[in-house]
Amino acid sequence: MAVRALVTRKILRAAPLGFRGLQTFSLPDLPYDYGALEPAISGDIMQLHHQKHHQTYITNYNKALEQLDSAIAKGDASTAVKLQSAIKFNGGGHVNHSIFWKNLAPVREGGGEPPKGPLGWAIDSHFGSLDALIQKMNAEGAALQGSGWVWLGVDIDLKRLVVETTANQDPLVTKGPSLVPLLGIDVWEHAYYLQYKNVRPEYLKNIWKIMNWKYAGEVYEKECP
Amino acid sequence: MNLLSCSSNHCPLSSGFVATIDSPLKSSLSIPHLGWGQRRDNVRNKRRLSKIVAYHGLKNPPYKLDALEPYMSQKTLEVHWGAHHRGYVEALNKQLEKNDILYGHTMDELIRVTYNNGNPLPEFNNAAQVWNHDFFWESMQPGGGDMPTLSLLQQIEKDFASFTNFKEKFIEAALTSFGSGWVWLVLKREKKCLAIVKTSNAMNPLLWNDIPIISLDVWEHAYYLDYKNDRAKYVNTYMDHLVSWNAAAARMARAQAFVNLGEPKIPVA
Repeated sequence: MAVRALVTRKILRAAPLGFRGLQTFSLPDLPYDYGALEPAISGDIMQLHHQKHHQTYITNYNKALEQLDSAIAKGDASTAVKLQSAIKFNGGGHVNHSIFWKNLAPVREGGGEPPKGPLGWAIDSHFGSLDALIQKMNAEGAALQGSGWVWLGVDIDLKRLVVETTANQDPLVTKGPSLVPLLGIDVWEHAYYLQYKNVRPEYLKNIWKIMNWKYAGEVYEKECP
Repeated sequence: MNLLSCSSNHCPLSSGFVATIDSPLKSSLSIPHLGWGQRRDNVRNKRRLSKIVAYHGLKNPPYKLDALEPYMSQKTLEVHWGAHHRGYVEALNKQLEKNDILYGHTMDELIRVTYNNGNPLPEFNNAAQVWNHDFFWESMQPGGGDMPTLSLLQQIEKDFASFTNFKEKFIEAALTSFGSGWVWLVLKREKKCLAIVKTSNAMNPLLWNDIPIISLDVWEHAYYLDYKNDRAKYVNTYMDHLVSWNAAAARMARAQAFVNLGEPKIPVA
């Protein structure tokens, strides 16, 4: 599948304050086929997750941005503030899922291969071992009530790896302004329900087989040189 | 442990309590090769007393698991009730095993106590979700939907201008609910009016002392097997074919023992 970067369209709109460009977003392509992550995650789930859920977040995010744009242009502060929860939810959904697709890779493209280099050493020194990190993330992911994400992130100020959870579609940065996500695992029920039903721990156990540590390593080396 | 299950519909204990007897008899009965004489000996030689502890049981929905087809499939009921709801009950029982103070509460009390005024204890999620799901199953019926009648309809028309408006608002609430949660029609105690409330995760209106009349589960597990991501179709189907206005009317009637909605307009001859 051709890799297409995030496509943005600039829409120029005349506004009282002059020309203003509003960027809208569209669905990024997956870097692999829907069925390529089987048996860890079924093709059905990948297709629904990408084409329906992620697309809906993008559609609603664009809508909210347009409404925000016109509210700001009109000086309508209360509408602008009211829209913040829709922007955080839908925008967060778009941001989180864009990262998620890059976090996964088919086995034949390196999915599941343990991290090497700086990230690997950082994991060993901070958590003891890769297994310990996986246990910790799985425990937090399973214990999360309702919908949310479990993250492996790096605190670029403290130069330290962290494991965090966020609720709903809150991006990792809501837990700390200096946190950058390396790996995120979607524990919303739509991410695993058709295949694993209510057995979230099974999904968490299997997702490590398709984890794209190469990508996580690249982000880590870029943020923490 | 011997389980005397009280979870059937015929059980007079409506709260679904299950009594279990932690007795030494069980250990000897489970060894098949011992004859009766030896089993009696074992019993006689044991000096420990049996301990009775009360737990919560999984209540059956008031209809068979396939009764809501085709609007809510049997498969969904089997997983939602049989796995999720049962999971909450079992997790709660395991937690209560270790906690002598909490196990004596009724479910309503347990929810309020474990909510701990906003700093919930670990038992809260399980207790509240057990209650929420019991309430949800009873908020639906085969052949549901349509409209409420008589005084409930009058109250809805009073508080929402029309039933159509209420239905629109309820559906809108369900569709704008972020993440996992519930949508409720409640009777507010102080304001003495009906209102639509959204809650997230396990929260329910009992926590701020309002009286729930109907509920809709908008956790993804409630509709994913039948409708995938199409929450709108699920919510509309619920309003058109599943919601039990009979149950709602009964709950309204009970609620009026606690909330005075004013004098009924009885025509004078």
